[in-house]
Amino acid sequence: MTLEQGMRALAPLLGDAVVVHANGHISRRSFGVQDRPGNFYMIGSMGLASSIGLGVALSRPDRRVVIYDGDGNLLMNLGSTAMVASTQPENFIHVVWDNGVYASTGNQPAVSRTVPLEKIAEAAGYRESVRARTVEELTAAFARCLEVPGPTFVLAEIEVEAGPFKAARVNHTPEEIRDRFSQAIRE
Amino acid sequence: MAAHASSFPTDPVAPAAFLEALRTEGYDFFTGVPCSLVSGLIAALEQHPGTEYYPETREDAAVGLACGAFMAGRSPVVVMQNSGLGVCVNALTSMTLMYRTPCLLLITWRGYEGKDAPEHIIMGEVCGKLLETIGVPHRAPTPETLAGDLAWATAYQRSHSAPAALLLRPGVTL
Repeated sequence: MTLEQGMRALAPLLGDAVVVHANGHISRRSFGVQDRPGNFYMIGSMGLASSIGLGVALSRPDRRVVIYDGDGNLLMNLGSTAMVASTQPENFIHVVWDNGVYASTGNQPAVSRTVPLEKIAEAAGYRESVRARTVEELTAAFARCLEVPGPTFVLAEIEVEAGPFKAARVNHTPEEIRDRFSQAIRE
Repeated sequence: MAAHASSFPTDPVAPAAFLEALRTEGYDFFTGVPCSLVSGLIAALEQHPGTEYYPETREDAAVGLACGAFMAGRSPVVVMQNSGLGVCVNALTSMTLMYRTPCLLLITWRGYEGKDAPEHIIMGEVCGKLLETIGVPHRAPTPETLAGDLAWATAYQRSHSAPAALLLRPGVTL
């Protein structure tokens, strides 16, 4: 499964969820697949997508919050899994797109090649945590997350893609991203 | 606390009174990482009914939590020691300041006037300059000016849609 295939499979399932995106390819690919006002593109502050999303989820328990995280991002802020587990937000779905590399900087290896992040989430105390290896497994896992109380965690195993990354950069200004995301939370 | 000599001749502001002042200013989402200089304030935050305090694992994650809370309509406060300011520099510059999401940073000033354990001396000397360098305005209140400086920090956040900081020296509160 490529990142784009996985995102295209989940796009119709997102509904009115707000989605906080990790920086780099994850934001850019999702922007190209389906730009939505409820998408927060974190263009800097690597590692903090799950923290930002948790702040939303705790503030608005009535809104479903999805995190599109990366393996490198999560490794940079592993304490976030403990925070999510300790606060137990029922409205929190954590998807980690895991290719085992720092793809946005040229596919340098990450320790997620050997460290199973979904087991860290499970041990921390997410209610459910699974690894999805195919588009079908991912779709089924995400559909289940929509049915059960969170926090839930889905590790989506994706391919390392060689060659230049072909996706536009997010063309909204940071303040536009902030304002339309805030508005989407309120709607 | 007892380990830190107060910088002031007057009594510190009681934590309950400080928390009430924060609530009166409209703050309704609290997170952070503790410092002994504000252990009383954090205890007050944890015990106050109807006040949400989320103890974070790192200061930059607390800043991330606050950014999300702001976009979800809350008025966040992040409590940290100035050692944590070093941890937060990227979160502040590439998130909070870039997206212009206000939050109140309550930063304890360890190493004030060079009187502290060795690990606090350098940050104690530079924390104010560091805030200035990255563009976060700050004041260092005394017990007498705390209420007024808090009002200033709130007004700055609203008028500039940006964070503001109060550097809390030993003896400002407990």
